Amino acid sequence: MEEKRRDLMEEIAEANSSASSGIDDKKIKHWIHIYVLGKQYKVPASLTIMQALEYAGYRFNKSVGCRAGFCGACSTMYRVEGDYKIKTALACQTMAEDGMYLVQIPFSPAVKAKYDINNEPYDGNVFLKYYPELARCVSCNTCTKTCPQDLQVMDYVQAAIKGDFQKVAEWSFDCIQCGLCAVRCPAEIVQYHAAQLGRRMYGKYGLSEEPNIVKRVEEIMSGKFEEEFKKVMSLQKDELEKVYVKQQNEREIY
Amino acid sequence: MAELKLINGYPEYMRESIKLVEKTRNKRLNTLPKQMTMEERDEVLRTYHPDYVEGGKRAIRIGQNKGDIAPNEVVDLLEAYPVIEPDELNLNEIDYDVDILIIGGGLAGTSAAILANDNGIPADKILIANKLRHGDANSMMAQGGTQAADRPNDSPVIHYIDVMGGGHFANKPDVVKALTEDAPVAIKWLSELGAIFDRNEDGTFKELTGGGTSRKRMHSCQDYTGMEELRVLRDEFRNRDIGNIEYSPVVELLTDPSGKASGAVLWNTETEEYKIVRAKAIIIATGGFGRLHIRHFPTTNHYGATADGIVLAYRAGAKLRDTDTVQYHPTGAAYPQQIIGLLLTEKLRTSGAQPINVHGEQFVFPLEPRDVEASAIIRECYGNNNGVETPTGMRGVWLDTPLIDIKNGKGTTEKAFPAMVRMFKRFGVDMIKDPVLVFPTLHYQNGGVETDPWGHTNIEGLFVAGEVSGGVHGKNRLMGNSTLDCLVFGRRSGIEAAKYVKNVQHAGELTLKHVEKYVSMLKDEKIETTRKAPILFPDYRGKKVLERKIDLMH
Ligand SMILES: Cc1cc2nc3c(=O)[nH]c(=O)nc-3n(C[C@H](O)[C@H](O)[C@H](O)COP(=O)(O)OP(=O)(O)OC[C@H]3O[C@@H](n4cnc5c(N)ncnc54)[C@H](O)[C@@H]3O)c2cc1C
Ligand code: FES
Repeated sequence: MEEKRRDLMEEIAEANSSASSGIDDKKIKHWIHIYVLGKQYKVPASLTIMQALEYAGYRFNKSVGCRAGFCGACSTMYRVEGDYKIKTALACQTMAEDGMYLVQIPFSPAVKAKYDINNEPYDGNVFLKYYPELARCVSCNTCTKTCPQDLQVMDYVQAAIKGDFQKVAEWSFDCIQCGLCAVRCPAEIVQYHAAQLGRRMYGKYGLSEEPNIVKRVEEIMSGKFEEEFKKVMSLQKDELEKVYVKQQNEREIY
Repeated sequence: MAELKLINGYPEYMRESIKLVEKTRNKRLNTLPKQMTMEERDEVLRTYHPDYVEGGKRAIRIGQNKGDIAPNEVVDLLEAYPVIEPDELNLNEIDYDVDILIIGGGLAGTSAAILANDNGIPADKILIANKLRHGDANSMMAQGGTQAADRPNDSPVIHYIDVMGGGHFANKPDVVKALTEDAPVAIKWLSELGAIFDRNEDGTFKELTGGGTSRKRMHSCQDYTGMEELRVLRDEFRNRDIGNIEYSPVVELLTDPSGKASGAVLWNTETEEYKIVRAKAIIIATGGFGRLHIRHFPTTNHYGATADGIVLAYRAGAKLRDTDTVQYHPTGAAYPQQIIGLLLTEKLRTSGAQPINVHGEQFVFPLEPRDVEASAIIRECYGNNNGVETPTGMRGVWLDTPLIDIKNGKGTTEKAFPAMVRMFKRFGVDMIKDPVLVFPTLHYQNGGVETDPWGHTNIEGLFVAGEVSGGVHGKNRLMGNSTLDCLVFGRRSGIEAAKYVKNVQHAGELTLKHVEKYVSMLKDEKIETTRKAPILFPDYRGKKVLERKIDLMH
């Protein structure tokens, strides 16, 4: 039995190996060519740009973070052979294509304004106060076309110019701050930092205070749960387990 | 050979199984399998959980936890030599002289910095060292939410009981009390800094349950919860001009002659030069170890999750605990190949998605604690042989995501899970219409450096917070409790370190004595190896390239 179970883990390891210990060339049926700094590399098809670069020999020490589309570290610019357009992508969330000319953008030298959220009046002019370049927007829509999250960036820039916190917050919410919009913007606007300011202002001042949390914090501060904690913490393991099982059986589900 | 033909993202043979899932969907809508009894949980864990199945672990041979059991991949790093040669470094030239050094800027480290600043430490006397960019961290990826018992039918005590049970009662009670009692405080703090949590129509927080959680107390920001929390904190951190250095991992701690934590060696990953930091207190907040691919599992973790913090702290003499357990998330993506291992949040199951086998049948209650749920999925794939095999040979079961819209109304999935919908769409799969294939994935480091409720370790001047710490989750963490752990103990360690540094002097002398001592322990134990640690980054380079690689620059 013991032996059998150990085999089980080996079987799983074998099945998982492409993700944990790299690609076995023998299993690859389709190949493509990509270009890094103009040099051609042959890599398996059906990899992300990031995985393809690794296969080609790169061990990243920048331009990488979450590998799942959440952190914006892997901004990439590319052009596909035969096309003239410069495109943008997240290397971890985009399939490598045949003929891609690739470059990673690990850093964007954009300015972030400094402010004290506690002393900022809830006034729509705050956007232009800290990011006056917003007014230079020529509505070219490059930011929107650039955004790897497919956000309507130009629309939230326009909302910011009008001082509409809620729209900025909602329309920019999925921004992962990769910085590609700012890098491409001909008006040198820093869209993603302006959006961050807008979301914080909206979260702090635009939403009502949540009643339950305020009440609960007061209760905790006044020591309301101390007695009960003491009781529960003095239980023996088997007694606590009983309480736990009962609680689990009465749980809220959906 | 022709490319594999895909129909809306799936090959034909997988489509056959999807048809069976569709066929049973209506029948399953309002019926769930029974929860397992404690005995049944035990049985499935012992037989199918990678932690319980023999062969994956061994005893640590040196240091504070000598004799304790840990995964082989972790022991390999504890039984490894330093990356620096202690006697080649000049420790007398100090590059950064600060009160508090924080290692790692995830939710834990960033919270600690802000609270240290709130508690009287000037911004330029605090420094966060980051291996990558500030925010390239597991914290950014948290999708599901953060627990806090704030609804009227809930309480910190009920939360406490859930945490203890989930952790198999191996947790440190006083630390769990701090966790659950500070939870509402942490959520309130984030809201006041401008974080936008999901709300109901009436303005109250929209809250859900999670596996092993008996009340609805999961606070979320769509499925970008960690990102929203961390980007707000990072913005606040930047507004205050707190010291921050990126692409500069800590590769070793420094101690004073008495063994107190007194500084660190940073390594610039661009220029490869080292820098010396002197600090009165150090907070390690380096996160977890998913990139060690324990037992060859794929992982949900970010690229820098390589257990550095454990290695550094252990060499300095810090005590670890609960090193024997690892958390596998029940639902990692098993298909398509580009996203294997990436997380499908538990919130999908709390919103109604059910695990379904190749025949379209339910086989497990969808919201067992994580270790139990994961084991049940492994059993279904490898024990009962009811999994679906992918073109790359992985096996998985379906997570029936279309149920979410059916249960909660059209448009729910897109609204509540924009990140997930987007990710699958990028690779050709529509999770609103079709189920997605899942298999357990390496997710979380349950144990770590032992702390008390204020982040203290057994080493003077050394604090830990966040995933790198051990004790609060016992043998198994519940969903939504680790972002919480980071917030609560990040804040607490910031407060406590601020208090501590006010009463101590800088070390007179910075040394690497603890490292020299560690090396001699390795030698005494006859541990002969070329392994070095911390490893900083995983390595996924193609094997062919490595065969031809030659080093000409050194
Ligand atoms: C995909 C995913 C989803 C998750 N979902 C949830 C959820 O819904 N709810 C929940 O509560 N929890 C969730 N978790 C867990 C939770 O996000 C993490 O446990 C938590 O955020 C860890 O935070 P941290 O601050 O301890 O570490 P991290 O956020 O990982 O930050 C650590 C930082 O330290 C840096 N670092 C590492 N080594 C060094 C070094 N040597 N020198 C300098 N810097 C270093 C890292 O690069 C990183 O930036 C999830 C985790 C993942 C991976
Ligand atoms: S690495 Fe984080 S978005 Fe690509």
